[in-house]
Formats: sequence, structure tokens, C-alpha cells
Amino acid sequence: MTAVQLGLPTRLVDITVDGETVRVPEGSTILDACTAEGKSIPTLCYGDTLTPVNACRVCMVEVEGSRTLVPSCSRKVESGMVIRTDSERATHSRKLVLELLGSSVDLSTTPKIAGWIAEYGAKPERFGEPAQPASEGELDARRAGHHHSTDGSFAATMHQPPKIDNDLYVRDLGKCILCYKCVDACGTQWQNSFAIAVAGRGFDARISTEFSVPLTDSACVYCGNCVEVCPTGALTPKLEHDLRAEGRLDESKQTQTTTICSYCGVGCSLTLHVQDNQIFKVTSPHDSSVTHGNLCIKGRFGFQHVQNFAPNDQAKSPAD
Amino acid sequence: MDLHFLDASPSAEERAAVDGLLGAPETGWEGGERTASDWHLAEGGHESRSRRHRLLPALHAVNDRLGWISQGALNYICQRLTVPPAEAYGVASFYALFSFKPTPKRVVHVCTDIVCKAAGSDAVRAGLSKGLGPEGAGSGKVTWHESPCLGLCERAPAALVIEAGDPQRQQVVAPVTARSILDAADMPIQELASEPPVAAAVPQAGDPQLKLLRRVGVGDPTSLADYRSRGGYQALRQAVRLGPAGVIREVLDSKLVGRGGAAFPTGRKWDAVARQPVQTRYVVCNADESEPGTFKDRVIMEGDPFSLIEAMTIAGYATGCRQGFVYLRGEYPRALARLQNAIDQAREHGLLGPDVMRFGFGFDIEIRRGAGAYICGEETAIFGSIEGFRGEPRTKPPFPVEKGLFGKPTLVNNVETLVNVLPILTEGGPAFASVGTGTSTGTKLFCLSGAVQRPGIYELPFGATLRDLIELAGTFEDRPLRAVLLGGAAGSFVRADELDIPLTFEGTREAGSTLGSGVVVAIDDLTDLGAMLVRIAGFFRDESCGQCVPCRVGTVRQEEALTRITAGRPKGSLKQDVLLLREVGQAMRDASICGLGQTAWNAVESAIDRLGVFEEAKSS
Ligand SMILES: Cc1cc2nc3c(=O)[nH]c(=O)nc-3n(C[C@H](O)[C@H](O)[C@H](O)COP(=O)(O)O)c2cc1C
Ligand code: SF4
Ligand code: SF4
Ligand code: SF4
Ligand code: FES
Ligand code: FES
Repeated sequence: MTAVQLGLPTRLVDITVDGETVRVPEGSTILDACTAEGKSIPTLCYGDTLTPVNACRVCMVEVEGSRTLVPSCSRKVESGMVIRTDSERATHSRKLVLELLGSSVDLSTTPKIAGWIAEYGAKPERFGEPAQPASEGELDARRAGHHHSTDGSFAATMHQPPKIDNDLYVRDLGKCILCYKCVDACGTQWQNSFAIAVAGRGFDARISTEFSVPLTDSACVYCGNCVEVCPTGALTPKLEHDLRAEGRLDESKQTQTTTICSYCGVGCSLTLHVQDNQIFKVTSPHDSSVTHGNLCIKGRFGFQHVQNFAPNDQAKSPAD
Repeated sequence: MDLHFLDASPSAEERAAVDGLLGAPETGWEGGERTASDWHLAEGGHESRSRRHRLLPALHAVNDRLGWISQGALNYICQRLTVPPAEAYGVASFYALFSFKPTPKRVVHVCTDIVCKAAGSDAVRAGLSKGLGPEGAGSGKVTWHESPCLGLCERAPAALVIEAGDPQRQQVVAPVTARSILDAADMPIQELASEPPVAAAVPQAGDPQLKLLRRVGVGDPTSLADYRSRGGYQALRQAVRLGPAGVIREVLDSKLVGRGGAAFPTGRKWDAVARQPVQTRYVVCNADESEPGTFKDRVIMEGDPFSLIEAMTIAGYATGCRQGFVYLRGEYPRALARLQNAIDQAREHGLLGPDVMRFGFGFDIEIRRGAGAYICGEETAIFGSIEGFRGEPRTKPPFPVEKGLFGKPTLVNNVETLVNVLPILTEGGPAFASVGTGTSTGTKLFCLSGAVQRPGIYELPFGATLRDLIELAGTFEDRPLRAVLLGGAAGSFVRADELDIPLTFEGTREAGSTLGSGVVVAIDDLTDLGAMLVRIAGFFRDESCGQCVPCRVGTVRQEEALTRITAGRPKGSLKQDVLLLREVGQAMRDASICGLGQTAWNAVESAIDRLGVFEEAKSS
């Protein structure tokens, strides 16, 4: 959420980060403090517009006196805290989390992760060949507490066909790391539509509608706010998904244009993502005090009318 | 809340099941007949959302009656309680006992966990798949499922048969054979087996030395008058004489620590709750008992249920809570019946209610049934489960004493912890503390199972050794002891030459093990240890809530590696696969959110390093 300045003086507390004493505002998280110190700690489930759920455990650091590692994205600093961001235990856990995720879901569209995998020397393939992808709906039918054991020669995965049940966005849950962000964005934190939730348990836990019905039968209003926060590309606008599937998505040809939504008087900030003179995705800046990154179906997906050119106009930009 | 429901309606029976719990709907907004007044008055808001905690009972009501939960039934529950259907499905599908497709009325839950596996559950499983088809087969009158430990380990191999209907019925069959289930497919469920009296699980029953078990097998567990004639409610009288602060002082002086596994000082917890500025507070008795090998709480609840009611009342009085919940695992039919009877009688006689024994304080208790989820015994997951959310552990801090059930200060204690408060009050805290060692005070219940002659619950003063305990239960001459599993699946193995370990919290800790919930599984040389490890790994995989990566995926990789290793097909070399186990184990221990993931590698590690199961790969 955008910070609201109340004008109150913030107390500063002294903490130690990797051997150096630093002074940071009381109430900040370890992640805030470390980032301010120029440390880079990977995060996945942390979202700048959402309450931390600290589920992915990739941001763990060592805090003196704590039996286990602590999630830096949510734990608040306390005066005198002694933090190690680069201890062997902390880096071991980060590496393992990357390996465990990499061995179970498709991280190919997760930004930054390739860099972290290289940095930590993670080898997701060491758990064995991935098992065959599940058939459509197979993973949705799993019963809690009743897994079927294999002989261990293949690594179980969440690989499955993408769910394409509407024209606006695709749910490719074989890429989902279960960060809970989409659920929180759809629920009380932003959208209050409650179309999706985590269903099932353990390794079979998944993002789902009631009884795994298609989105079109669910409470979804296609605001796309879940897509906005998804850190992995598991939720992707349909146009972007199609471009990628056709192998045509090309970052070097993309531009971004900021504008204001013209539909209603709220005046949401929009970022139009354009390739080949076609909008394929609309986002909104997370630091916008109007949207905090959220939009409605019109702002998010209702852009076709600005690019309905006659066929021979295709090459021109609308402003020409 | 503006909710969207599925286009599915409940059947008359589904509707009746829900209405039986919630009463008839008052308006069209809640799924009732739409009348003219509904046109102008909308319902919703805080009041309807505050009914969310009835979600799990409502799901039970439908699954109990029909054997499964249909789209129409879920829809109706959601309308009645103002819960979004996606969330309700997320909650319902969290539990192993609920089904979402038409299911035969009778479901046999066969325990395949460590003790039952060693006692022959594989044969039961094979027999049932032959007779009934594969696990969960959807046609016919009877189907079956594998189950984690059913808390009947003294009578392994065990099964629990659940028959949907009005009322739903449950019958424990232990020891079980596939034949006994198959032959009785057409018989009424009650005729499947007769359950032995509780005392059969207490080899020491009647021994005058017993404290916690003194009434088990002696008194009538269904009669309040009998309970009172055997010293019942003297502790509560004493509590009122001492006043709340006095009670807490006695509990502090007794040095009692929690028996649920974490060994936290009970007095400090009570004191912390009592000091909270917020007035609405809760007592939650953790009776989810699902740690494989544990069945002590069951024996207390079946054999002396009033003692738990009295102890919870004392806890409520001392900490200023007016409402208590017993979170009881869903697979304990006799404990449920006995506890409910005890609560009803206590209420009838003014021992629960607005003015307990006319002492001027109010306290009441409600039982909440779990639905097949070990994780719901974790002290914060239990809150989510009661509140009608998924049973996922919450981040601590805040701790339950500050923000627990419904966000209010909450005292969570295990069944055995609570009943210890009775002797603490009647004898006095210091006298209680004089038994045992300096830091482990009083007596402890041990759950003995596996390769012993007289499995069951034993009560011993702290300080006895593992040898003392095993000798009490008697081993078999021709089956030498190979190892002992202490503390359950989350505990650790010790060798047969380590029986001098004192059974105290500090003694087991020093020996690099744990007392956990008091599980002691004796393992002889016939037991397939490798298979036992794979089963333990499978347990954690099944029971992980799925929230955090180290546990959600780590438990899967652990099971896969153990399966490969025990089949003699390690990936790379044995050494390499054991190293993989260690690395995954370390990450689970260091980086998991809750105790489940943090302990999921303990037993396996101890089997490798202490027992040397994979000899060549033992660490130096
Ligand atoms: C995965 C998991 C399962 C647990 N299950 C139980 C249980 O079934 N019963 C119980 O009393 N404690 C259980 N605990 C321990 C509780 O979290 C908590 O420590 C205990 O209920 C506190 O009560 P006590 O202080 O009286 O022991 C469990 C812990 C974990 C991590
Ligand atoms: S598009 Fe909007 S309403 Fe639909 S699931 Fe995503 S957040 Fe919820
Ligand atoms: S779909 Fe995306 S946002 Fe939702 S849980 Fe999965 S990774 Fe996170
Ligand atoms: S450790 Fe396991 S059970 Fe505990 S919160 Fe994480 S996933 Fe859930
Ligand atoms: S980013 Fe901190 S736990 Fe996921
Ligand atoms: S009842 Fe089967 S292991 Fe406990």
C-alpha cells in the first residue's frame, strides 16, 4: 500500500546487518532495512501492494537468538537485532527453496529467477527427471491427505495444461508457486470478489474456483488484479499468452505508454504494453495513489476500441 | 458481501442436514423462500459474516448425512453463512474426511501408519482392494481409504468405519482384517465389531498409584454422580477458594509444562492470558491428537471425560475466559460421545453455564470436530479451523496468548496438560513438583505400541527410564528389540542399547531425542525399518498444509528419495541421495513456517545417524 505520511517523527533503532551497525526506522521490515543497506535478498511471495504471507521462504535470513531462520519480508526489526543475510544456513535455505520450486513448477516466465538460480548455484534437476505432466483436471481432483506414492524415479511436479476458459486471461497453474498473492488481491485486500482461493492441501494445494469450475461460472469479474500481482506468469493476459505460445513475444519490440483510463471519472493510471503497434497487456503502476496497481475489467482489458484500424492502417500508430 | 453462487440447488436431504444445524433460513437472502419483504431488505454485513465459524460444522452436517458434499449443498451452506463458494471449497477440500463426488455410504478408513503397518495393515489393504476395488472406488455400498494413525495403536492394525446417514455412525474395528470388513458388508455397522472397554488400553488400570488415570476403568465415565463420588469437582472448589491469581500461582509452582509436544511452561501461558487487557478470551483444548503413535488423550476423554471438563473450567476461571472449545479430531467417535455426554450433564447440573456452581463466574464448552488434518493440531492452525478458514498455521508473533482464536487472547492446552491441573490443585503446586525431576514434574502418560506384550497407556513419574517402561509392557523373548521410536513421526529413533535414557524432557533432549507427545513405539528385528521411514515421509507429505515451499515440496522430495533408497535404486549413489535428504531436511528444519515442516526430517535423520539404516552413508 502507498505509505501515508502522518508527519510523526519515526524513531530509529540500531540493528546489525552482516556485522555492520545501521540505524533504521522502527517498524520497518528486515527486508526494508537490508534493501536500504544495499543488500539484495530475493523475494517471490512478497508483494508491494499486499500484506506479506511469508510463504515462499526465499527471503530467509538468520537472526541471532532465533532457532529457525526468519522471513525478512515480514519480520519487523527490533532494536539490537543481529541479522546475517549471507550466513551458510540462510544461503542454503534460499538455494533449496529455488531448487524445490524449480523442480516442481515451470519458472521460465518468473522474472529474475534465472539470476538467483545462478547466484545460489541451485540445481533443480538434481531431484530427478520431472514426471509426465498431469492431464487436464487431474490435479484438481486430488483428495487431501491421499497422495499416490511413486517409485521415486521421477520428481513429482505441478505441470499441467493451462486453463484457457475465457478470452481475457489464462491460468497456467503449472507455473504457480502458490504465493497467495492472487487470492489476496481477489479477496479482502483489494477486489472483494472472492472468485479464487487455495484448495486442496500440501503438494496438491492449488489456486481454484469452487469445485474447479471454469472462471466463467465463478464470481470472477475479470478485473485482472490477480494477473497484476502474479509473480510467475502463471496468470497471464490472453494476448500475451498467445504471443508467447506463438513464439512472437519479443521484448526488444515492446514499448510502454502511460496514460489515464478514459472510461469513468475515477481516472486510473494505465500503462499500455505495446508490441507491433498492438496493446497486449495493460497494467497500472503499483505506486499510483488512485489504483495501487488495481483496475477494473474496462481499464485492464477494454482497449480493443483504440486499435480497431482498417486493415491498411495496421502499420500506422493511432496518433498518425 | 455481494456473493456469486453456482447454478446448483441442494436436494431436500442436503437442505435438511444444514437446517438441522443452523435452523430454518429466515429470509430469501439466506437461501430460504423468497418473500415480499426480501424485495426491500437486504441481509449481509458483519452479522452474517460472523457466522463463518459454523462453516466446518455445516460441512460435517452434509458429509455426515450424504457421505459427500455436492455443489448444491456447498452453495446452500455458503448462502446460509455468507461465505464465498470458492473459499468454502478451499476450506472443505483441505480435509481428508470430506468427499466431493458421490461416495458409497460406508467408508472404511484403514490405518496404514507406522504401528499398523508393522502389525500387518498391508494385508488389510490388499484384501480390501481385492474385495472392493481400488482405494476410493465409487460404486457399491462400501469403499475404503488409507488413513494416517487413527489413535488406536494399542490394537493395531486398526480401521474406522464411517457410515453416512441420519444419524451418521462410526464404528472402530481393531484389530481389523479385510475379511471382517468384507463379510460384514451387508450387516448393520454396529455389528461389525464391539469395542473393548477403555481400561483395556490401560494395563495399569486400578493401580492406586495412578494420578491421571486413577478413574479410568474404575469409575463410570458416563456418570457425573460417579465422577463426583470419586473426588470430582474438588479441584474446582479449591480453585475458587484460591482465586484466579492463586490458581495461576499453584500452576507456576507445580512447574507443569505442556504435554502436547512443545513442553512450554503452562503457568506462564496461563499468566500471560490472564494479564491481557482484552476481556473476550478463549480456552481451546487441543484434542486433535494425530501424531502417529499417540492415543493418550483419547484414553482420558473416553475413560474420564468429566476430568477434562472440570480442568477446562478451572482454566477458564483462572484466565478469565468464558468460552472454551474442545478441538477434537474427527476420528474419535467414543471420545466425542463421552465428552458430549459429560458437557450435557455438567450443563444440566450447573457445572457449566452462566453461573458455574453458583460461584459467580460463567463458563461453557463447545466441541468442534476436526475432519482429518494433523496440521490442525498446530496451535495456530487450530484457530483457522475453528473460525471456518483453512487450517494453515499463522506466523508467530503474535502469539496465541495475545491474538489467538477470533483474534482474541487464547489459551491453548493439550488434554493431558489440562487434566494435570486437577492434582495440582488438590495436592498443591509444590507437592506436585516434588514428583519427578527438578524440571520435569509430575507424572507422564506414555503411549506404548509396537513389539511389546502389553501395549497401551502407561502413567509413570518423570525420571523412569525407557527400560523401566518397556519392561512394564514386556517384550517378546523371541523378537529382540531393534530400536524405539520416541515422540512419534516428529520424534526420533533410539537404539535398543540406549534404553537407559531417562524419560524426562531434559533427559531425552540431552540424548538428542525428544519426548514429544509421549509416543514409544517398540520396533523388533522383523519390522521393515525402511518401509517405516517411507511411511513417515508419506505422512508428512500428506499432512503438510502446503503453505510454505520447504515443507510443501521438501516433504515430497524426501519421500521420493527414501523410496528410491529403500528400493536399492538411489539416484547417483546412496551417498548422494542421503546427502540430498540431509540438504532438504536442513532447509525444512530451518525455513519452514511451523513445527510440521521443521520436524519432518527428524525421524529419518535419526534412523540414518543413530540406527545406521543406510549404513554406508552414516555421517561421521
Ligand atoms: C503439526 C503439529 C501438530 C500438533 N498436534 C497437536 C495435537 O494434536 N495435540 C496437541 O495437544 N498439540 C499438538 N501440537 C502442539 C501444539 O502446537 C501446542 O504446542 C500445544 O497444543 C500446546 O499445548 P500444551 O502447552 O498444553 O502442550 C502440534 C504441533 C504441530 C506443529
Ligand atoms: S480477475 Fe479479478 S475477480 Fe477475477 S479472479 Fe482475478 S482478481 Fe478475482
Ligand atoms: S497464480 Fe500467481 S499469484 Fe496466484 S498463487 Fe500462483 S504464482 Fe501466486
Ligand atoms: S511447515 Fe508445512 S504444515 Fe507448516 S505451514 Fe509450512 S507447509 Fe504448512
Ligand atoms: S518473500 Fe519472504 S517469504 Fe516469500
Ligand atoms: S492406529 Fe494405526 S498407527 Fe496408530
